Amino acid sequence: MTAARRFARDRWALAGFVFLALLVVVAVAAPLVVGRVLHASPYRLGMMDKVKEGGRLVDVVSDGGIPIGPSASYPLGADLIGRDVLSRLIYGARVSLLVSTMGTLLAVLLGLLVGLLAGFYRGTVDTILSRFVDAMMAIPILLLAIALASVLPQGNVWTVVLILGLVNWTYLARIVRGEVLSLREKEFVEAARALGANDSVILARHLVPNLVGPLLVFGTLSMAGNILLESALSFLGVGIQAPTPSWGNMIQEGMAFYSVAWWVVLFPGIAILLTVVSLNLVGDGLRDALVPGSQERIGL
Amino acid sequence: MTSYVARRLAWCVVVLVMVCAITFVIFFAVPGNPAQLIAGKYATPETIALVEKRLGLDQPLPIQFGRFLVHAAYGDWGFSYVSQQPVLATILTAFPKTLSLTFGAVVIWLLLGIPAGILSALKPGSIWDRSTMVFTLVGISAPAYWIGLVFLRVFADRMGWFPLGDYTEMGQGLLAWAHHLVLPWITLALLYAGWYARMTRAQMLDIARLDYVRTAYAKGLDKRVVVGRHIFRNALLPLVTMLGMDVAYLFGGAVLTESVFGIPGIGGLAWRAIRMRDLPMVMGTVLFAALFIVVANLIVDLLYFALDPRIQRETS
Repeated sequence: MTAARRFARDRWALAGFVFLALLVVVAVAAPLVVGRVLHASPYRLGMMDKVKEGGRLVDVVSDGGIPIGPSASYPLGADLIGRDVLSRLIYGARVSLLVSTMGTLLAVLLGLLVGLLAGFYRGTVDTILSRFVDAMMAIPILLLAIALASVLPQGNVWTVVLILGLVNWTYLARIVRGEVLSLREKEFVEAARALGANDSVILARHLVPNLVGPLLVFGTLSMAGNILLESALSFLGVGIQAPTPSWGNMIQEGMAFYSVAWWVVLFPGIAILLTVVSLNLVGDGLRDALVPGSQERIGL
Repeated sequence: MTSYVARRLAWCVVVLVMVCAITFVIFFAVPGNPAQLIAGKYATPETIALVEKRLGLDQPLPIQFGRFLVHAAYGDWGFSYVSQQPVLATILTAFPKTLSLTFGAVVIWLLLGIPAGILSALKPGSIWDRSTMVFTLVGISAPAYWIGLVFLRVFADRMGWFPLGDYTEMGQGLLAWAHHLVLPWITLALLYAGWYARMTRAQMLDIARLDYVRTAYAKGLDKRVVVGRHIFRNALLPLVTMLGMDVAYLFGGAVLTESVFGIPGIGGLAWRAIRMRDLPMVMGTVLFAALFIVVANLIVDLLYFALDPRIQRETS
């Protein structure tokens, strides 16, 4: 049975995949969805606006500063300065998905490069790289990310991408190194060498294709971690900066008023949760489909 | 054996020095002069030069770094640029709070995660197993700070069962201390309980396939004995390893949980230090956190070395 079939048979993984696919479609089409379908905007302040609710006019933000909750004109409520939460959630998906995808790609590339070099050349190269990885991994990931965030130029989406890439590659490098260490002893590598293939050919033609599976699995799982990390950084105020909406900074903006306007905090959190759950489901499904034997567990 | 331990210890020191070097490099890549920050916006160039000289900031970077290492090795972690207090003493004051947070969370996640994992492994595919796996998936996927906020809103603000953040010392009464920590404990524990339940389940199912388990059943042993003595005991080793690493990691501070619940622990200290560019405090908190992780790694390696004869043969 092919890997794709095995993956498709896993209903949970498939559900996660469908959710992510829908999210990507909505995120890509955000200007269309939000502007044409919802007739809303993620940036427009509605503090002075009034909307018709149940036949009477209501302030979007009341005199006491309390925004309107989930209702016909604001499906997920408005935030503290009268912006539409649903629109911001959709635009936030754009930012969160873009940043965590690019950050993951960067981490995968770095991890692949370092892991390949360390595992293939062993010896001094391996020692230096592995100690460096050990040192990076001994620094708590969030502290490292915050430290980088306070050094790099703020308010830039690419800064956050760079941070996610720089703090997450170490774990992937360790996995790649381990895989390469066992792959390089395999007969097909020996055969290639006997046929006169040089190092770069062996690396590119024989090792990297065999790493696609693990990289896909761990890349997906680390993307789940990246969504969480990006949201945590934005929540702490050092990630994506307002007015650009990100799920994390939406929670941070709503935090102080969560006892009167719970919807500003609740919905972005649910969006993060569902996205990360889906990525974890897809990652697990990919592992079961790509790594033979992982599904053959029998009961006690 | 001795040479292995000695080599392993030496590597620990190397890794710690590299941790300091990484932190140092990140920090000195910052545009702007720390002396300017300390002396204030309106300081004259003379004052700034004086501050620079006093803090040794006028020296070349390698010398500053070398000095830091030598002092740190002797237990002198310097003084905070911001509060002027000794770094190590400040860290040690914050540590009991982080310790309190970690301790309760560990107890809760072990009590939740491991039994849930065992029960799941006993009947894979059952309703219990499926619902546990869904629950753990939510646990490992939810942003901790958001869970904390939801808990605060529901159980502190709405129900009034728990205080809204704030921290009480253990000395002011054990009950008050625990009362303030219940929500942070559960918040932190939910994430880890998920991982531990999944790990316990996976380990037990992996071991259940092995030949010696079949032999044990074939000998006519009771299922309870096989599961308890043969399967669970062997599944425990990786769990203990994981626990050691997780606890070490949390000793370095849980920035998000601490900030949501207002616990003045190591995480908050590190966070503020980084934001204020308080270099000695940043170096201190990072080194402190890294120390636990490196030592935990060392203990795990040495334990495996002592317990597993195969590793001994490989290294000798």
